[in-house]
Amino acid sequence: MNAPVIENLSRRGFLQGVGGLTLGFCISAPLGPAALARIAVAPATKGSPRGAPTFGFNAFLRIGSDDTVTVISKHLEMGQGTYTGLATILAEELDADWKAVRVEGAPADASRYNNLFWGPAQGTGGSTAIANSWGQLRAAGATARAMLVAAAAKRWQVPASEITVRDGVVMHAASRRRARFGELAEAAAQEKLLIDVALKKPSEFRLVGRHARRLDSADKVNGKAQFTQDVQLPGMLVAVVAHAPRFGAVLRGFDGAAAKRVKGVADVVQIPSGVAVLASDTWSAKKGRDALKLDWDEAKAFKLGTDEILAKYRELAKKPGLVAHASGDVDAAFAKAAKVIRAEFDFPYLAHAAMEPMNCVVRRTAEGCEVWNGEQLHTGDQYALAAVFGLKAEQVKINMLYAGGSFGRRANTRSDYVVEAANIVKAIDGRAPVKLVWLREDDMRGGYYRPLFHHALEAAIDAEGRLAGWRHRLVGQSILKGSPFEGMVKNGIDAVSVEGAANLPYAIPNMRVDLHSPDDIAVPVLWWRSVGSSHTAYSTEVFLDQAAKAMGKDPVALRLELLAKHPRHAAVLRLAAEKAGWDKPLAPGKPGTRRGRGVAVHESFHSYVAEVAEVTVAADGTLTVDRVVCAVDCGIAVNPDNVRSQVEGAVGFALSAALYGEIALKDGVVTAGNFDAYPILRINEMPKVEVHIVPSPADPTGIGEPPVPPLAPAVANAIGAATGRYPGRLPFRAEDLKV
Amino acid sequence: MVTLKVNGKPRQLDVSPDTPLLWALRDTLQLTGTKYGCGQALCGACNVHVDGVPTRSCVTPVSAVAGRSITTIEAVDAGRVGRAVQEAWRELDVVQCGYCQSGQIMSAVALLAANRKPSDADIDNAMAGNLCRCATYQRIRAAIHEAARKLGKEKQA
Repeated sequence: MNAPVIENLSRRGFLQGVGGLTLGFCISAPLGPAALARIAVAPATKGSPRGAPTFGFNAFLRIGSDDTVTVISKHLEMGQGTYTGLATILAEELDADWKAVRVEGAPADASRYNNLFWGPAQGTGGSTAIANSWGQLRAAGATARAMLVAAAAKRWQVPASEITVRDGVVMHAASRRRARFGELAEAAAQEKLLIDVALKKPSEFRLVGRHARRLDSADKVNGKAQFTQDVQLPGMLVAVVAHAPRFGAVLRGFDGAAAKRVKGVADVVQIPSGVAVLASDTWSAKKGRDALKLDWDEAKAFKLGTDEILAKYRELAKKPGLVAHASGDVDAAFAKAAKVIRAEFDFPYLAHAAMEPMNCVVRRTAEGCEVWNGEQLHTGDQYALAAVFGLKAEQVKINMLYAGGSFGRRANTRSDYVVEAANIVKAIDGRAPVKLVWLREDDMRGGYYRPLFHHALEAAIDAEGRLAGWRHRLVGQSILKGSPFEGMVKNGIDAVSVEGAANLPYAIPNMRVDLHSPDDIAVPVLWWRSVGSSHTAYSTEVFLDQAAKAMGKDPVALRLELLAKHPRHAAVLRLAAEKAGWDKPLAPGKPGTRRGRGVAVHESFHSYVAEVAEVTVAADGTLTVDRVVCAVDCGIAVNPDNVRSQVEGAVGFALSAALYGEIALKDGVVTAGNFDAYPILRINEMPKVEVHIVPSPADPTGIGEPPVPPLAPAVANAIGAATGRYPGRLPFRAEDLKV
Repeated sequence: MVTLKVNGKPRQLDVSPDTPLLWALRDTLQLTGTKYGCGQALCGACNVHVDGVPTRSCVTPVSAVAGRSITTIEAVDAGRVGRAVQEAWRELDVVQCGYCQSGQIMSAVALLAANRKPSDADIDNAMAGNLCRCATYQRIRAAIHEAARKLGKEKQA
């Protein structure tokens, strides 16, 4: 028996309860009989789009009598290509005809659809979708294939071992018999689920590792794809909410009379997070909201600006924090150092700013409530909604729709906008379904940002010119502290604050990483694509280049020297350097400009990425990123073209933040409300991106987040190479880049 | 009552005249392919064609387009250029989350209708008003070139 085994791929886990739910951290999830039993729970039989009867094989697969193969995705499709990737895995082992494959979002039901890395919780995040599903969906496909074979063997009275399957057709060569999946589906679905099924060898893969087109492309180029924003229900009201002007402000009173006079407005209700105006359509609801008179009590509201927060953090950084990593004798290394270098780095709050602003549709039903959402944290949201209505979690039915981006925002530990939608429904006694629509300004000022961080680093270089000591202090809010996921905080250290820093791969004998997590800042924070690595990769990789400079070493050579025990880091670094022509001189730019090339390598979510950036810096500090060469090792690339697509997009996403990303507060008020003040990268600023994939036999790991962290440090190191100055704050500012 | 000509059909709408075309299309006519992204003509997700010209529907009151001919993503395949663009988008798997792509496609179709062989600079000029948070820009550029190639071939044939 070739039992599929899912290795321990997650260093993350959710440990504490959400409303009584214990979220566990999976060390290892072998796909034994218990897990197979989980895939064996067949979903209710539903018609395929063409109305033909369909038959459930397990929780992840239905086959229709019209040959349609429906793969059930337990994960949210938010752009990362997971629907296509998950379907590819199952279809591979099933030997399905790819043209007959479609995907459907799973309902919220953690008993069948939990994330195997998150214990009993269903959700999408941490670049785990493909990684945690790999063994599970291979088993789902292989066992269903065996059922089809068994049904054919019975029908034809031939030995199952003589039967082959290819492209959705079951065949017996000797008797020249063949049957399409659809012809066998009804009988095959009745067959016993066999646990003892062999999986394919990688050399037998016909879909995995090849280019399968995205299954969602067609509907996303003709306007048919359904996002939460597009949901229309009979009698539905659209709600637009007036939120507090500052975090922590409390509504003292309001006058909704003028709002109620707006044509189309049906109701105005107070909810815990503000005042909701309900109307027949979005525009009327917005006009109603604009007509509200609101009286906010801001006595206890948060009133600091980002400059003051940063000043506090700089003060905190003078004192030791809680130790997140310690090895060797770091103080002795510094005492003996021939040379010590230091640097500080400031990172701003960042908004996710998904193109689809947050929204959610909720209605009360006889059974409980029903939700339509770009659902990223099913189980947490079920518990949160159940608490609003006094229901049991399983009475909350969630329809998972496409999300117009998320980047972490829809996986909210506090279920903020989902609960807001439910509170509006509750405030109108459930008399109508409600679509909560956040306008862009609500979304941008709504908090849950990537936390602002200050880092201070010191390196000790010994008399032999070696990197002997490394001190790294981080100051920034914990994402998990005070959230329902606080159990993941160990000894005061929030692992996601220091990931990428506390596990620095470089062979530096004496290291200490410590952390301050101030809890007196009321700005809500959340994971933002690549989480801790979105800042730790920058500070560590830029500082390493500064150290290389101080040591007179080449940045690639120094890294390779320090990565002797980390072959996967070293391999992507070598590949990126080779493809970028690291050893050849960079072509000069126009007169008056300086050009530079920089490198960074970083592992996050068990995938390894190196990027080499080429930049041009004009005399006035104007920066152009010309080319980015990327090398990635994410284990087996289930869909190499999607891996390339994710890397290209991640480069643009990360560059957006490096060039422009900053949520600033003034007296506690978020200054930016829309894309004029929070710019997003445009097509004319997109560098040429080249992606190279390291062939790997390892089980697949994530690709949504890992290409983000190396981009900004690679660009900063290129700026350093061009100008001699390494930007100590993000976003880059022309004044810091001027020569 | 405002009368619009949407995707070739006259439509009567009972909305206040200041209602942006975006919300009239989405909420009243249920043409939800046109997306809301910013409400201030900053992102291009709401792009439609008014008499063939790409227009930000989120800041265009219905009263300003009464009687004019409006084309949305739902009907862009009625034209040869629209079909070529959609085909190129599918072939190159441009989309990620997909939310901005209706607007991107409307801009690309207008570009190719006016310029059958756009340069990279032409693409930058025509497309710089359309934000894509997933940053699918490299493939958008490639797909526009591919659609131009297809249209060029069709013409020769």
